[in-house]
Amino acid sequence: MSDAAHLLCRLLAVPETALTLDTGRWGEVITVARAELLIGSLAYRLRGLPLPARVEAILAAAVRSAEEGRRQALWEAEMARRALAPLGCPVILLKGTAFVAAGLDAGQGRHIGDLDILVPRVALDAAETALLAAGWEWVKPDPYDDSYYRRWMHELPPLIHRERDRMIDVHHTILPPTARLTPDTAQLFAAAAPLGNGLSILSPEDMVIHAAIHLFADGDLSGGLRNLWDIDRLVREFTGLDADFLARLAARADLHQAAQVVSRALRAAHLLFDTPVEEGRAERLFDTAARRRLLARDGWGRGTRPATRFAFYVRSHWLRMPPAMLARHLWIKARSRGRRESA
Amino acid sequence: MRHVFSVRIGPASFRVGSDWRAPVDQLRALYAGYPAPEGGIADYTVRLSATRPWRRFVRPSVAIAGDYMLPDAAPLPLAHGLLAAEMAMNLQLALGERRFLLLHAATVERDGRAIVLTGESGAGKSTLAALLSARGWRLMGDEFALLDPETGLLHAFPRLVSLKNAAIDVVRAALPDARFGPLMAGTPKGDIRHLVPGEAALAAMDQLARPVRLVFPRYGFTPDARPVGAGEAFVRLTQASTNYVALGEQGFDALTRFVRAVPAIAIDYPDAASAIAAIEAEA
Repeated sequence: MSDAAHLLCRLLAVPETALTLDTGRWGEVITVARAELLIGSLAYRLRGLPLPARVEAILAAAVRSAEEGRRQALWEAEMARRALAPLGCPVILLKGTAFVAAGLDAGQGRHIGDLDILVPRVALDAAETALLAAGWEWVKPDPYDDSYYRRWMHELPPLIHRERDRMIDVHHTILPPTARLTPDTAQLFAAAAPLGNGLSILSPEDMVIHAAIHLFADGDLSGGLRNLWDIDRLVREFTGLDADFLARLAARADLHQAAQVVSRALRAAHLLFDTPVEEGRAERLFDTAARRRLLARDGWGRGTRPATRFAFYVRSHWLRMPPAMLARHLWIKARSRGRRESA
Repeated sequence: MRHVFSVRIGPASFRVGSDWRAPVDQLRALYAGYPAPEGGIADYTVRLSATRPWRRFVRPSVAIAGDYMLPDAAPLPLAHGLLAAEMAMNLQLALGERRFLLLHAATVERDGRAIVLTGESGAGKSTLAALLSARGWRLMGDEFALLDPETGLLHAFPRLVSLKNAAIDVVRAALPDARFGPLMAGTPKGDIRHLVPGEAALAAMDQLARPVRLVFPRYGFTPDARPVGAGEAFVRLTQASTNYVALGEQGFDALTRFVRAVPAIAIDYPDAASAIAAIEAEA
């Protein structure tokens, strides 16, 4: 039953849909929106429309919550900036924190969890030392996980601040080095836009490419609907500012080996959010599967379509590492899980 | 989901879906006098679902889930399904509520003046609130005090009162005509039985009250009472609040205003009678 999730997409894309919505559907929509962490985005989109009183109260609370989340995310970015300033290296904000720091539409009501930053690989050790000195601590106690991150991932093992209880992910590029694609990291830094406060954000094209890579070349699409909504917002805002944006996006995607990933993301965004893009050549099998996965949630907030979910889960590992390495990784993970359960 | 129950408790309403009939039947019976969600739209959704598909039938095991969840919440056996529902409903408020500053506290009211009883689990909040309700106080809630940041007033959240172990018989003796839920023995919190708030509590569930006393009761000590300064009360309430951090500046403002306006006292007590006497002396 993709109904409630699809309805959420309709409300986000065309807020006036709310005016004709059957009262009985609101409970489902709110539940799906919360489960997909899109309740704040929905609240901003529906602001000003005449809605049932309860819905208005729920969405007003979601707006307040998003405003506070925004403030805390910006503060966390400032804390990281202070800790890393002595290094003198560029610090690029990624994802939600970047959207709100730059005042982009994609940041309106967006749920922001961890702070994601990008620093040059040569500065990684110094960044870790500086963050540890400023009160961040390691989260992963498991030595295999820790060494896995350090050898194979595009980021440090996650750190959490012991007083503010907030996580930071310090990336040195936007995909694991073992992944099939290799984005041009030097170009990400070269094109980054300074915010004027010592922090930077990616260029508009790279921001969309990063979101597309995150959606279709990295994870298993959990939380994918929110990532896709980011892409819709970014593309609409950037094409509004610059008529040639999509052409430059395509050229830039080639540079990062991400042409296919970006076209897939644009097609999915067009399909679910009416994003105004030229429809490229469709890949029916992939597009259908992705749509099924993105909408795999029912009106009770439960994940549905376990087979599709599992397929994308397997795919995420397949994309992330070569087969022999994957086999070894899954073997070690299975054994440690077994040990935990029998302990 | 297969079985559905909706209810409004003060300013918070819930839609509870369950894979099994039994917990929904129990909720329906115990919340019989409560209103339905306003306009049919619930603030929160709660799910009682099987941890694995076959666990609906074989050693049925209830996972606690909903709009807001703890990643490592332990499932409960179906015999404790009512407890699972209550825990899940509380969790929605604890993690999701942003309209009010939530204080983990029981509240009773008389003549528009509310006494807030806060403390850790085992301090006797629920028991004392139930006993005070037997003496003519209106029960506003035994789990959360909902402080309105705009007005400084308290909203009632008179859900089922969760009584544990020895408190069950103490309250049954004090409220012989009250309705109780089934006895759930051997839960992770010991024996639990729910008390249905009386008609007066239900009839007045939408009436707000001004907090006039904050009490920190402590059970199992020789009688003692000492005033608690605003600073100490503030720190202890930040720990007793589930959404203080999430509310940001608004939470800070609401809480500082509360501790400045409401005198606080710590009461140690060896038995219910001395606690009741000490609390009523404050009112």
